[in-house]
Amino acid sequence: MTAAPVVDVHELRKVYRTGTSGPLGPRRNEFVAVAGATFQVAAGECLGIVGESGSGKSTTARMLAGLERPTAGTISVLGTDRSRPARRAAERHLRGGQLQMVFQDPYTSLDPRQTARDTIDETLRLHTRLSRAERADRVSEIAASVGLDQRQAHALPAGLSGGQRQRVAIARALAADPRVIVLDEAVSALDVSIQAQILNLLADIRDATGVAYLFITHDLAVVRHMADRVLVLKEGHIVEQGPTAKVLDHPEHPYTQRLRESVPARGTP
Amino acid sequence: MTLTQPSLTAVESAPSRANAAGRRLRNRLGATGLVALCWIALMIGCAALAPVIAPHDPNAQDLLHVYAAPGGDHLLGTDGTGRDILSRLIWGARTSLVGPALVVLLSLVVGLPLALAAAWRGGWLDAVVGRFLDIVFSLPAILVAVLAVAVFRPGPAPAILALAVAYLPYVARVARSAALRQRAMPYVAALTVQGHGGVAICARHLLPNITPVVGAQIPIAFANALMDLAALSFLGLAVQSPQADWGVLVNDAQAVLQGHSSQVVYAGVLIIATVVALMLIGDRLGGDIRRRRVRRAPQPTGRTP
Ligand SMILES: Nc1ncnc2c1ncn2[C@@H]1O[C@H](COP(=O)(O)OP(=O)(O)O)[C@@H](O)[C@H]1O
Ligand SMILES: [Mg+2]
Repeated sequence: MTAAPVVDVHELRKVYRTGTSGPLGPRRNEFVAVAGATFQVAAGECLGIVGESGSGKSTTARMLAGLERPTAGTISVLGTDRSRPARRAAERHLRGGQLQMVFQDPYTSLDPRQTARDTIDETLRLHTRLSRAERADRVSEIAASVGLDQRQAHALPAGLSGGQRQRVAIARALAADPRVIVLDEAVSALDVSIQAQILNLLADIRDATGVAYLFITHDLAVVRHMADRVLVLKEGHIVEQGPTAKVLDHPEHPYTQRLRESVPARGTP
Repeated sequence: MTLTQPSLTAVESAPSRANAAGRRLRNRLGATGLVALCWIALMIGCAALAPVIAPHDPNAQDLLHVYAAPGGDHLLGTDGTGRDILSRLIWGARTSLVGPALVVLLSLVVGLPLALAAAWRGGWLDAVVGRFLDIVFSLPAILVAVLAVAVFRPGPAPAILALAVAYLPYVARVARSAALRQRAMPYVAALTVQGHGGVAICARHLLPNITPVVGAQIPIAFANALMDLAALSFLGLAVQSPQADWGVLVNDAQAVLQGHSSQVVYAGVLIIATVVALMLIGDRLGGDIRRRRVRRAPQPTGRTP
């Protein structure tokens, strides 16, 4: 593909400074969570990011979403730089309309006091100029597109299962009509059968809308199912990236080989 | 014909939601809590309807019927200037409840935005606000009020303002720690990624989610403010003598010395019963929140291995 990438990340770096008080007064610890990552995501592509726990996957995702400020490096989405926090409301809206995120834990990623419909509607109010009636129609449309029925759409999160909640979270992301969705372990908290449903839903959405995914997981079976290309993170370094089949079937880096061997067969805990 | 499915659900859910809210409140309060709530409702009713239900003008003196015995025209008798004690108690509910209500309202109006701003911004703002609240919390409210009255003038307004400051931490400390907990939830991160601003997220999401925790604190702050205001009125530093107020009514040494202590007893009982009822409600609401948090805590979530 020669089209401009929707996500362009260059030498991205995140250093956490954790101040601990040692016996000789305060001591400053530096922890490099992401150590200079460079990668691109093409329009409509699904890029998988795999790696052990603590390898810096979530930190990368959070920097892309603007939840964490990069220590160094640049992030550009659809040609707009987002290495720095948004200054104005218009800038925040623009970024929200470009890139959305779905989180791991469906139990805490929805406001417990908001129904699915209200959650979707709130996003539409921010990102569209639709009238009330038009929004109501659009909410129904989006809810249906992620497979929520009438009851579920009117329910509070407490009345929904984990899989249904994750559908609401996906619907909320879709309501902003983004070009990229970052999914950070979005199916990891779900049962295997529910995982498959959500993965199929995500695949259908990508086919229908042409949205690109940054798909983060520690599960190689899942990434094989979803990703066009995959990127392997180890202690904040990208050790390998390339087409999914090539990286997973013929890994060049010993870490990827170990990762592949340590993964149990699909379906066993 | 035109009734479609969504409108049906809407029609269904409105009353059932109200019922559910009522049931939740009953569960949260328990039997004793409900009795306490009824008592508070009764007192509020008396305060609101004082002009209608009070049998006499609370300030009308009748020097021919001084210290009248209970019964007849004066159900609870009269005081040393022939004023109807029942009417004075009923009107007293007004001043005695409006004062603490203003204290709580003022401390909410200032405390909630302060707490939300501190929790949202974090950093130095949160440190400053947190320290400030700790300092104010360590000051005895009644002392602050006495100081204010000494510096300005005796009267309800300075006393209420001073108590509002003194009770600010009651509301704001709890609100801040609850808001900090909510702030760390992924749904807030999701809203940020959506592009919502801090003010909108605080007002539409953090505030409703901290309401139960803050709500449990309100009856307690109210009860303390009621006691403090009654004490100040007793000392003649807040509500002043001819005006009917429970704290003022307790302060009738003249009557007690002459062996007519019934008014003092009635007013004292009203203060104590109301304070106990409020404390009980606050305790039930707070205990319920703690229980639910414990129950919710050990939730299995498939974390990254
Ligand atoms: N706010 C933080 N402060 C300090 N260290 C952090 C913080 N967030 C993450 N880390 C550390 O950064 C490393 C990478 O974390 P993360 O990106 O969450 O990894 P992953 O998602 O791949 O499991 C971990 O070792 C983690 O302990
Ligand atoms: Mg992670």
